[in-house]
Amino acid sequence: MNSIIKAENLFFSYPGDEDNKPVRALNGVSFEIEEGSFTAILGHNGSGKSTLAKLMCMINMPESGKLWVMGKEMTSDDVTDSDILSARREVGMVFQNPDNQIVATIVEEDVAFGCENLGLPPSEIRARVDKALSDVGMSKYARHPATDLSGGQKQRVAIAGVIAMKRRCIIFDESTAMLDPMGRREVMSIIQKLNKEEGITVILITHHMNEAARADRIIVMNEGRIIGDGSPREIFGDPERMWEADLDVPQTTELLYKLKKAGLDLPIDVFDVNTTAVKIAAEIRKKISERG
Amino acid sequence: MKSDIVFGQYVEGRSPIHKLDARIKIIIAILYIVVIFLAKSVSAFALLALSAGVFVGMTKISPRLIMRSMKSLVFIILFTAIINIFWMTGDTLLLKFWVIEIYLEGVINAVLIVLRIMLLIIATSVFMTYTTTPLALTDALEHLLSPLKKIKVPVHEFAMMMTIALRFIPTLIDETHKIINAQTARGADFSSGNIIKRAKALIPILIPLFISAFRRADELATAMECRCYTGGEGRTRMNVPKTATRDWVFLGCLVLLGGAVVLLNMYFPIYGLGV
Repeated sequence: MNSIIKAENLFFSYPGDEDNKPVRALNGVSFEIEEGSFTAILGHNGSGKSTLAKLMCMINMPESGKLWVMGKEMTSDDVTDSDILSARREVGMVFQNPDNQIVATIVEEDVAFGCENLGLPPSEIRARVDKALSDVGMSKYARHPATDLSGGQKQRVAIAGVIAMKRRCIIFDESTAMLDPMGRREVMSIIQKLNKEEGITVILITHHMNEAARADRIIVMNEGRIIGDGSPREIFGDPERMWEADLDVPQTTELLYKLKKAGLDLPIDVFDVNTTAVKIAAEIRKKISERG
Repeated sequence: MKSDIVFGQYVEGRSPIHKLDARIKIIIAILYIVVIFLAKSVSAFALLALSAGVFVGMTKISPRLIMRSMKSLVFIILFTAIINIFWMTGDTLLLKFWVIEIYLEGVINAVLIVLRIMLLIIATSVFMTYTTTPLALTDALEHLLSPLKKIKVPVHEFAMMMTIALRFIPTLIDETHKIINAQTARGADFSSGNIIKRAKALIPILIPLFISAFRRADELATAMECRCYTGGEGRTRMNVPKTATRDWVFLGCLVLLGGAVVLLNMYFPIYGLGV
């Protein structure tokens, strides 16, 4: 597998001013994202996860360390604006606030914005916009004003804008944080579809454990460092370590872990509510029949 | 909350007027405005009112919506009407009461001026704001003004700024409502006291609004950069404006309308406007 993004020992600080000291946001971060994978970056506020996203999109440049996007080193001295632009064509980002990333008033005009920037011929843009809107299930709102949509729908429009540019990697920077549960479900199912069906590399930045549990791999960040990196089973299999870093585990995992500690024979790597209920019920039945 | 301001908002539709080329629509609207100012006689105004009725009917937008867009201008309309009724002098005295003299000419003048303002609103809303998406409108402006690029006028940047401003009007209105509610909940009082006190009460609304607008602008700039925006150079468009026969027919109608208005002014100058 090719790595789409590779980071080596990244450091980054936000510059201070008269009142504030400079803040160190990243403290030596190294990782590699494989093409076609679904990675979640987990951490609480101020852990450096959004800073990392901004570096991967080349909005900010790291203080030191090396960053490769699509095999091209973005941190070398001879990198030009056009190199950065061509990397941005491959790596897109969906932000937290849906209102602040929609440029045009009408849905389809906004989806077309990115393609128009790429200088594609009009017929090609039309085809891509229609495809992208149908991929996110927003075709019937194509001519609607974007401000009338719900948060989840706006976020789907923003995603359509990114996939219309045919990017190979999409970073979701807490894209579900401002949505209601319904909108969150809509967006999460589209994210999974993009990864499974279209083969787009997904990097999901979140502090929702249940969303992270759907990824193939979780990178846990705390105070600008990576403190855990592995599959959801590995990461949530050790709840004590997560609690130490002030992070939660999915509620199902927490319940199963505590029941297991109390002496029940249960697996703790189940993230689905129904399956959890079934397992617990089975275990209780077993206990009752043992007692006769 | 959004229905508070319909003025300047696109209404979805598939009417012939919706389908006109935005550039032609801008030219038509300007022509229409010129024609409205040319009209001086009652007969010419009757023709214009009829034409406005036909155009509104063609857009299939409910007349109530159009009336609602005039609500914000009620004060100006009433003010001009009153000034005309009381200050205009003429030959036929209708009413004399203390120092107030009302002449027939004044009343007719007031009616025509009010009609003129209403027609101006209808002209711009029917041909531009209601039937053209803001982006198409700003794109068309960019096209029409593109000769100015030769003398280094940043036409694309202006068009982009207008697009974004139009896009954020409803968002910022929503935000203002939220801030007002939040400050009211904290005990702020916006509806009592003299005018200075009330003006001061606006400060706790404006400051959060400005701060949030700047934050939004910053995030939007980042998002645009992430979507490969690098300015007008090398940008293409999904909807390339194309003129069709329909556009020239409409333009022809407007020119004919203008001719008719001038002729009516000359040959049927019944109660001409005193301007």
